[in-house]
Amino acid sequence: MSLEILSSDFLDAVMLLFMAVTALAIARIRNLFAVVMLSGIYSLLGATLYVILDAVDVAFTEAAVGAGASTVLMIGTLGLTSARENVTPNIKAIKGFVICSLVGAALVYASFDMPSYGDPEAPIHHHVVPRYLNESASEIGLPNVVTSVLASYRGYDTMGEAFVIFTAAAGVITIIGRSRRRRTKKDTVDKKSGGSEA
Amino acid sequence: MIVMRSKLILRVVSKLLIPFILLFGLYVQWHGDFGPGGGFQAGVIFAAAFMLYGIIFGLGTLREVLPAWLTRSLMSIGVLLYAGVGVVTMLRGAHFLGYDVLASTPTGGQHVGILLVEAGVGITVFSAIITIFCAFAGRAAADVNPSDDYIDEAE
Repeated sequence: MSLEILSSDFLDAVMLLFMAVTALAIARIRNLFAVVMLSGIYSLLGATLYVILDAVDVAFTEAAVGAGASTVLMIGTLGLTSARENVTPNIKAIKGFVICSLVGAALVYASFDMPSYGDPEAPIHHHVVPRYLNESASEIGLPNVVTSVLASYRGYDTMGEAFVIFTAAAGVITIIGRSRRRRTKKDTVDKKSGGSEA
Repeated sequence: MIVMRSKLILRVVSKLLIPFILLFGLYVQWHGDFGPGGGFQAGVIFAAAFMLYGIIFGLGTLREVLPAWLTRSLMSIGVLLYAGVGVVTMLRGAHFLGYDVLASTPTGGQHVGILLVEAGVGITVFSAIITIFCAFAGRAAADVNPSDDYIDEAE
């Protein structure tokens, strides 16, 4: 009886409630350092939810990237900008609220067409999935079907992901990696020469 | 980026932790076909160890361990390794990324192919995250202290 209350549905509800509370806090708080920390907590809650849903590989990624690496990157970004969010004028806030409500309502309306949670007849459990689950042991020979799907059956997609990450880092180098330092050096030289003149 | 040169506890604890983080990253990389994980997660964990090192000991020290030219080359080497596996399978008469022909048995070939492409993903993710981290942190350091001797330049 005491364990029954810890059923998966109950845990799902608690996790989603925590995530909703965290999201509201992120929207309300103006101290951006707290916002970065809360978004890390949000990712960690998401990772926990994925573990409950038995998606350990996704949970692993969410915990490592969402809660770990991107939190550090956002703190690094905070060093470049202000640590406090500017106050949004009321009229803009109302406009944003209306747009968010409309989009949210549309998404909820669309979700009525989705198969219900855990439905064995859902399309995601048919199509190619039975073949992956039944044949991957003989075709690929790996115990972890997720790796078989990601690296072999869906090898093109994973290659695309690798190229996306490569492109992202290349873009960061292009935008803030090199030119800035040269300008900084020149600034320093200018400052030094200006100082000697004065 | 704040350089915590004087924080003794942080320095000692991070020095103790970093080898285990690296070991765990390697485990996730090479054990991804048997348990949860794979190249992507391993790359991030491996990068996290170096990011911790960079935060505690300073960006200049991190760049002495991992120079800019190295992470930039590794970024390309990772994706080239992935695509290269596909080219090799084509040269051996299969489809692009059809790993079956990489070894004498199809499952053996799949195993070799998956290991190689996961390694490619891991290398790219690791070096890309280090590159992004250093770009952001280096710019912040330049803002705080323009005469910082930190140099993120291949030349």
